[in-house]
Amino acid sequence: MTDPVIAVRGLTKRFGGRAVVDSVDLEVERGQIHGFLGPNGSGKTTTIRLLCGLLVPDGGQGTCLGYDIRRQSWAIKQRVGYMTQKFSLYEDLTIRENLDFVARLYALPDRRIRVAAALDRLGLADRRDQLAGTLSGGWKQRLALAACILHEPDLLLLDEPTAGVDPKARREFWDEIHALAADGMTVLVSTHYMDEAERCHRIAYLAYGRLLATGTVEQVVQGSGLATWHVSGPDRQIAALARDLSGRPGVEMVAPFGATLHVSGGDGARLDAAVAAFQQMPDLRWSRGLPTLEDAFIHLMGGARDNFAAAPTAARRSGP
Amino acid sequence: MSRRFSLSRLLAMIIKEFIQMKRDRLTFAMMVGIPVLQLLLFGYAINSDPKHLPTAVLAQDNSPFSRAIIAGLQTSDYFRLTRTAATVTEVEDLVARGRVQFAVEIPAGFGRDLLRGDHPALLVIADATDPAATGNAVGALQRIVDSALTPLLDGPLTALAPVSGPVEVRIHRRYNPEGLTQYNIVPGLVGTILTMTMIIMTALAVTRERERGTMENLLAMPVRPLEVMLGKLAPFILVGAAQVMVIAAAARLLFGVPMVGNPAVLALGMVVFISANLTMGFLFSTLARNQLQAMQMSFFFFLPSILMSGFMFPFRGMPDWAQAIGEVLPLTHFLRIVRGVMLKGNGLPEIWPELWPLLLFLLAVSALAIRRYRQTLD
Repeated sequence: MTDPVIAVRGLTKRFGGRAVVDSVDLEVERGQIHGFLGPNGSGKTTTIRLLCGLLVPDGGQGTCLGYDIRRQSWAIKQRVGYMTQKFSLYEDLTIRENLDFVARLYALPDRRIRVAAALDRLGLADRRDQLAGTLSGGWKQRLALAACILHEPDLLLLDEPTAGVDPKARREFWDEIHALAADGMTVLVSTHYMDEAERCHRIAYLAYGRLLATGTVEQVVQGSGLATWHVSGPDRQIAALARDLSGRPGVEMVAPFGATLHVSGGDGARLDAAVAAFQQMPDLRWSRGLPTLEDAFIHLMGGARDNFAAAPTAARRSGP
Repeated sequence: MSRRFSLSRLLAMIIKEFIQMKRDRLTFAMMVGIPVLQLLLFGYAINSDPKHLPTAVLAQDNSPFSRAIIAGLQTSDYFRLTRTAATVTEVEDLVARGRVQFAVEIPAGFGRDLLRGDHPALLVIADATDPAATGNAVGALQRIVDSALTPLLDGPLTALAPVSGPVEVRIHRRYNPEGLTQYNIVPGLVGTILTMTMIIMTALAVTRERERGTMENLLAMPVRPLEVMLGKLAPFILVGAAQVMVIAAAARLLFGVPMVGNPAVLALGMVVFISANLTMGFLFSTLARNQLQAMQMSFFFFLPSILMSGFMFPFRGMPDWAQAIGEVLPLTHFLRIVRGVMLKGNGLPEIWPELWPLLLFLLAVSALAIRRYRQTLD
């Protein structure tokens, strides 16, 4: 096994006294697609920016592509492709002009050939003279990806690349990501979509700046220790059951999925006790289910919020 | 909801506007700062009747009359004797370099000719590039000379006392003999227009990247601050050059302003001046959080530039503290260069005293801008 592409320990970043990223340890192996999940404001973007040298960490240390993230960000920038959350190429330049600009900044040899190849590879050739600002979300995303892989980086950092993109474009985007990973590129991608998380080799779950879980999807689901019941039956009864169950001790989550209700709790025995009274009701079918990744995340987040609330923060004091 | 005008909705708007005004500290500072600045400038610094103008004397005659005239000039408010020249060439040089506003030349045998009643000439050279700076002083000259001589011309000499004046004051308005204000304003406009456009355009440069979110991408790529700065400024040097040509053509064709000096010397001064303004704008754009703030900062710099550089009002009319501030502004030095080259025919040696402060400004502001330019998003 080679050295990990990303290896950081205790990574910390504070804004205005509040730790936005709080002692995060992260390791990503070469050629892997590493999913980065967590609610809004959990520190995903900040972590990515710390990794590529856009922010200077307040604590922790580590390497990215073997370079020190504190002192060698110049070297890191040469070998990393970073796709920002918000489209950040020039809207008043055409697609080709944008790619030419990026190619010149990296001083790439054979610029024309490379830009033409990138245009072809991402299906942008027909639109190369269109202004980037006039592109739809999906095309902008393709352009952004084309721009950040132009210099053939070893590591791709993608910050919510598929936000606001339709399912077909999303699917194609992920096919492309897998093709790149198969060629040896390492990818760290943040997302809110569970189906995207499931397409990653490994995932990391971040909430309130802390890393709560890492591993494969199965490992994270199992690691959550969540017990789940699936209940199906007539709509009206399911709705009534949802109302009755929520808030009972031992019941953490009650979530309807169409005609099926998912009832989950972190403590299996207490959950069983709570639902026992309802299992005799007619017309309802109860079965043991597997928690989804989403259930696991919401459960993890609930636990983290309790910890977070215990420690008063500057952010809360700064209210009106 | 009421369709009629509602006081409570109006109040909601007013309160919101006040809160936003309070949050936007720079706008708030501008609202307070600009009136104060204007008040100080117009109230104390600006004086369209400049006095105590530096004057050189070349006295080739040492009669009591010469001494009386020199003393009379000295006690008048308008003239301040700063130099004593020994030769005519020295006098010429002092005026050309703008070290003095006036040079008074008392010819040899002045006292003797006066006693003979020959009405000798007192030669006064005025640097009339800015007619406003010299006008009143010139107007007062004859009276000052006459009243300086009157006490000496009593007793048996009363017969000689002025009817038409014992001395003929001969005034040479140098560089602008007709006292045309266009000769002063049009070259000055070159500097003013460059200051305004160059600073505003570059002040928006980095701020625009930040506001549109393209800064993050730029920072993530391997590019050095100096490369960003020079890359952003270079196109504007061409824009500035184009502006200069338009104004220069207009100066020549529409206003008939002469071009006495070497255009290459002027071009050199312009490149330095444009660069100084561009770096200033770049510095603003690293400080401003949005494009509006960048505009406000530019304006805040532009206002004293116009008022305190000698463009609108005579530089020498301002008190010392205001002149000291004026000396820091690039426009002040550039105005001297452009007027010097176009009207006086100054060459490189004459403009060097104005060129090096521009270079210093350029260097200092560039260094500051590079320091301020963040390579991270912190």
